[in-house]
Amino acid sequence: MIKAILIFNNHGKPRLSKFYEHYSEDTEQQIIRETFHLVSKRDENVCNFLEGGMLIDGSDNKLIYRHYATLYFVFCVDSSESELGILDLIQVFVETLDKCFENVCELDLIFHVDKVHNILAEMVMGGMVLETNMNEIITQVDAQNKMEKSEAGIAGAPARAVSAVKNMNLPEMPKNINIGDISIKVPNLPSFK
Amino acid sequence: MALKIVKGSIDRMFDKNLQDLVRGIRNHKEDEAKYISTCIDEIKQELKQDNIAVKANAVCKLTYLQMLGYDVSWAAFNIVEVMSSSKFTYKRIGYLAASQCFHEGTDVIMLTTNQIRKDLSSPNQYDTGVALTGLSCFVTPDLARDLANDIMTLMSHTKPYIRKKAVLIMYKVFLKYPESLRPAFPRLKEKLEDPDPGVQSAAVNVICELARRNPKNYLSLAPLFFKLMTSSTNNWVLIKIIKLFGALTPLEPRLGKKLIEPLTNLIHSTSAMSLLYECVNTVIAVLISLSSGMPNHSASIQLCVQKLRILIEDSDQNLKYLGLLAMSKILKTHPKSVQSHKDLILQCLDDKDESIRLRALDLLYGMVSKKNLMEIVKKLMLHVDKAEGTTYRDELQHTCNTKLCNCSTLILLRYISILVELTRLEGTRHGHLIASQMLDVAIRVKAIRAFAVAQMAMLLDNAHLLTGNMQRNGICEVLYAAAWICGEFSEHLEDPNQTLEAMLRPKVATLPGHIQAVYVQNAAKLFATVLRKHEGATDSQAAQETSQLLVERLPLFVQSANLEVQERASCILQLVKYIQKLQQKDVEVAEEVSALFAGELNPVAPKAQKKVPVPEGLDLDAWINEPPSESESEDEKPKAVFAKEETKHSRPRHTEVDEKELARRREARKQEQANNPFYIKSSPSSQKVYQDAPGVEHIPVVQIDLSVPLKVPGMPMSDQYLKLEEERRQKEKAEKKKKEKKKKREKHGKGKKHDSGPESEEDITPAHHVDIVTEEMPENALPSDDDDKDPNDPHKVYDIQGNLQDGSQVVVSVIFENKSDSFLKSMEFNVLDSLNSKLQRPEGAGPHDGLVVPFQLPPGVSNEARFIFSVQSIVMPQKLKGTLTFIVKSEDSSTHEKLDFKLHFTCTSYLITTPCYSDAYAKLLESGDLKSSSLRLEGVNMPFHHLLARICFHHHFSVVERIDSCASMYSRSIQGHHVCLLVKTADQTVSIDAKCDEPSLLGNVLDEIKQTFSQC
Repeated sequence: MIKAILIFNNHGKPRLSKFYEHYSEDTEQQIIRETFHLVSKRDENVCNFLEGGMLIDGSDNKLIYRHYATLYFVFCVDSSESELGILDLIQVFVETLDKCFENVCELDLIFHVDKVHNILAEMVMGGMVLETNMNEIITQVDAQNKMEKSEAGIAGAPARAVSAVKNMNLPEMPKNINIGDISIKVPNLPSFK
Repeated sequence: MALKIVKGSIDRMFDKNLQDLVRGIRNHKEDEAKYISTCIDEIKQELKQDNIAVKANAVCKLTYLQMLGYDVSWAAFNIVEVMSSSKFTYKRIGYLAASQCFHEGTDVIMLTTNQIRKDLSSPNQYDTGVALTGLSCFVTPDLARDLANDIMTLMSHTKPYIRKKAVLIMYKVFLKYPESLRPAFPRLKEKLEDPDPGVQSAAVNVICELARRNPKNYLSLAPLFFKLMTSSTNNWVLIKIIKLFGALTPLEPRLGKKLIEPLTNLIHSTSAMSLLYECVNTVIAVLISLSSGMPNHSASIQLCVQKLRILIEDSDQNLKYLGLLAMSKILKTHPKSVQSHKDLILQCLDDKDESIRLRALDLLYGMVSKKNLMEIVKKLMLHVDKAEGTTYRDELQHTCNTKLCNCSTLILLRYISILVELTRLEGTRHGHLIASQMLDVAIRVKAIRAFAVAQMAMLLDNAHLLTGNMQRNGICEVLYAAAWICGEFSEHLEDPNQTLEAMLRPKVATLPGHIQAVYVQNAAKLFATVLRKHEGATDSQAAQETSQLLVERLPLFVQSANLEVQERASCILQLVKYIQKLQQKDVEVAEEVSALFAGELNPVAPKAQKKVPVPEGLDLDAWINEPPSESESEDEKPKAVFAKEETKHSRPRHTEVDEKELARRREARKQEQANNPFYIKSSPSSQKVYQDAPGVEHIPVVQIDLSVPLKVPGMPMSDQYLKLEEERRQKEKAEKKKKEKKKKREKHGKGKKHDSGPESEEDITPAHHVDIVTEEMPENALPSDDDDKDPNDPHKVYDIQGNLQDGSQVVVSVIFENKSDSFLKSMEFNVLDSLNSKLQRPEGAGPHDGLVVPFQLPPGVSNEARFIFSVQSIVMPQKLKGTLTFIVKSEDSSTHEKLDFKLHFTCTSYLITTPCYSDAYAKLLESGDLKSSSLRLEGVNMPFHHLLARICFHHHFSVVERIDSCASMYSRSIQGHHVCLLVKTADQTVSIDAKCDEPSLLGNVLDEIKQTFSQC
């Protein structure tokens, strides 16, 4: 089982938090802070598994994380999950995000956290891995987005126009902050196809 | 219609959407909280509108705010509204919000049942999908019960997309509503062979989770899984199945035998490291389960170890880590095959990754044998020196201490020197462990005693090096062992005289009490040895010198605040004095003195007790005596209000059990005696005596008049105020500063200069002050000469307030204020108990243990902690010495600091403001039970009512009656003493006639009043 999935940036700002067990808002924030503290003090070239922290708290849980450019992707899992398998899953997740957002960067996650949730929902459901095949995930996500667009129809058009206008005079909506090394090659690991 | 929609959307096009909210938050970095609270107000307005699009937009924003830590449960009903929208777009927003913030305690959840059912049967597969996803996060037992059937139907849906979600969510349903498992299981099993790999994978996933909870019930599925394992090509599924087998094999060894072959094949064939690793792991599990009954599987073990070696040698740190993890599992059953890879594991000790070093260390525990011990220890010692990171270092020392002690003399010799070397490392927390190991080895192994004693003597001689950087529970514990070993086995000492001298150095008095006690006791043992030696050489001069040394040095310990030390020291001092007298008469005393400590101390094996044969006919479980009747003990209980609490505090909890147990045994013995014709029966009175002995009436009980509020609002906080004493490191000039709490009282107590040095015991302090003597300030706080009483004075580090309550229990609330720029943590508050006042520590804590302050202090922050003291007698003021230790954490380093302080319990602080009517007051004075005393204060020029107010405020009196310049006042102590004052004033002279039933209390209170007025 996956207990929680957290995405935060190099400064510990949460970009996505998905807890598969209930915690109060305060506890969630505390967990995020503490997890960030644990993960951020580790060097780049050390292993991606961690024991300790509030989420784990004496159980057989483990933190498995990956660091991409400005973002940390952290999964907290129990011993029924394969460590290397989860690392691959994170990779699949990031690659899927990359495809859906076309060169994903932190800003995409900042402004479209709802979309990230929708993509994640096609991969992990209630703490269990639902799908590991990237193409399948993308197909389902696209189909749902298409539905959303068709629903918007005429009603959505003016709103989209306004949104385009709003975005026009925004210097801080840069498209050029890309995460260059987002598609890190993982040698020796299987891809789930 | 279309027009209306367009109009509606134009209305809302300038509403804030999620992107605008995020942008806004990013633009308001300075006042984020304020901005968000205005946004929440907007959202509340939006939620009130009828337009579902506006509501959905608002809920979408709330979901984002929830991630930032804002509670959005107040909008639960609106979320349900959005969930039930007919449009997929809004439904999805609603379900997402629900999955993020609904839980079993959310009451509106029960409103959703029908909506979810409708969505589950929607013709649109994505409506169903979204509902299933949402439900998987917030399913409750009620929802599970109501929807189980609908979900079960979906497991056979035509679309694989729905099937896999339905299968997966069944696990959650089973968890919340276990009754659904039985009817659903056949269909779930069917799904293991679903044509769609996604559905198959989901079914495997669910069954694996179920089997982890209760493996036995799923053994029957093993053949099916076996088939899947050999046929499936999906690595994800394979990993799950193989992990499942790992959990099943311990239950069914036959399964293991079958598994070995296909798993070995997989290991050989797969290129996926994750699969390889899980295969190896399961093979190891199989081998462990087989290891008892099976012939060797050395080929498989070799294969595993070989593959793991490849993992460990890999440059990928993850593989390295996992390889070591799996290796440690093999180690448990097949240590030999791991040992051949010692080189590799030792290499990992040099890894830059701490997790990997820890794993490698873990492995080394198990690998040590007589042959390779020296090599490993050498390597480890090298590491201890350069090790960084506290966990790793502690772990390392732990290894050295506990795991590496095997039992050949040579090794032990080395072991002792390792232990000694370990003590040289600063900052170890394992002092206690090292000490007990030293004692253990020295007692058990005769052959090494001489060596051990020599090493210990060296340690004692260099004790100042250890204590220089003394930490609580730290390395000074080792001195405990050292002193004991040197004393007990003093015959091995080369120069007992020097060791004796080392043990009696004045510096020893700074050690913790229990260690001092051992020092004193063993100094006596050494003394005996030295005497013998001198008398053997007929050197009476030297013998007398030794006695003189003891007579000179021991008084230091006699003054110790620690009872144990005091008792031992004074006992031994008298003994030595007596010996000295005898020596002067030229009497040979060495034999007699040695006889005091004669006798060999043998270690007792832990099993020794068991081996004592039980005498025939003795039934240890039988009753000896009838248990005392219930009613009797009830009657003994005093009826005072606080009695219950008191008894709890003063009686150890287990007495009741013991009493019962004893009673039972007594009954059995009585039975036996009754049956024994040769036994003379005792008179019944003896039994009665026994029952009375532990009676409750021996426990002092204090009655308190509850009609008087113990805590007057506003008053207790100000009844004590803080005094901070700062002392410079240079001892020539000590400065006292007084810090007043922010409270409504007139100017009082300007800073004063005293000439007391840091070690001065008797610092004159004004009435009812709680003092802190600062011997060492945190590095960032500088001492200053500034006498300004600015409450924000940067040097005020700690505030202490005393606050009295509950009879002989006193609550002291201490305000800790961090005035430095660094983060303070791990604060420990400790007070040296006196006979009269004791800090109440949690059960099980030793009398010298500090109390952990339950918070940390960032710079500039203050916080309050409360400590409870039990006080026996309140007639005398008390000063308790204490220490606060803490860790100052700056950006790149942390230092351990301590702050000494004194807690001043004045007699006044035991008084409670109690109103008294004049007639009762008159009666009290007439009764003649009160002793009187008086006080004259000269040169007080303040209005009479100020004077009275001051006495009331500082000394907790209340005015009974006032006539012109004469007033009668009354107060009462927590133990019920009456204190009456008659205050008269004329021409700047104040005379106070006082009466109290406890003369010494009165005297002290008057002294304190005098102090108060001498400062103004």
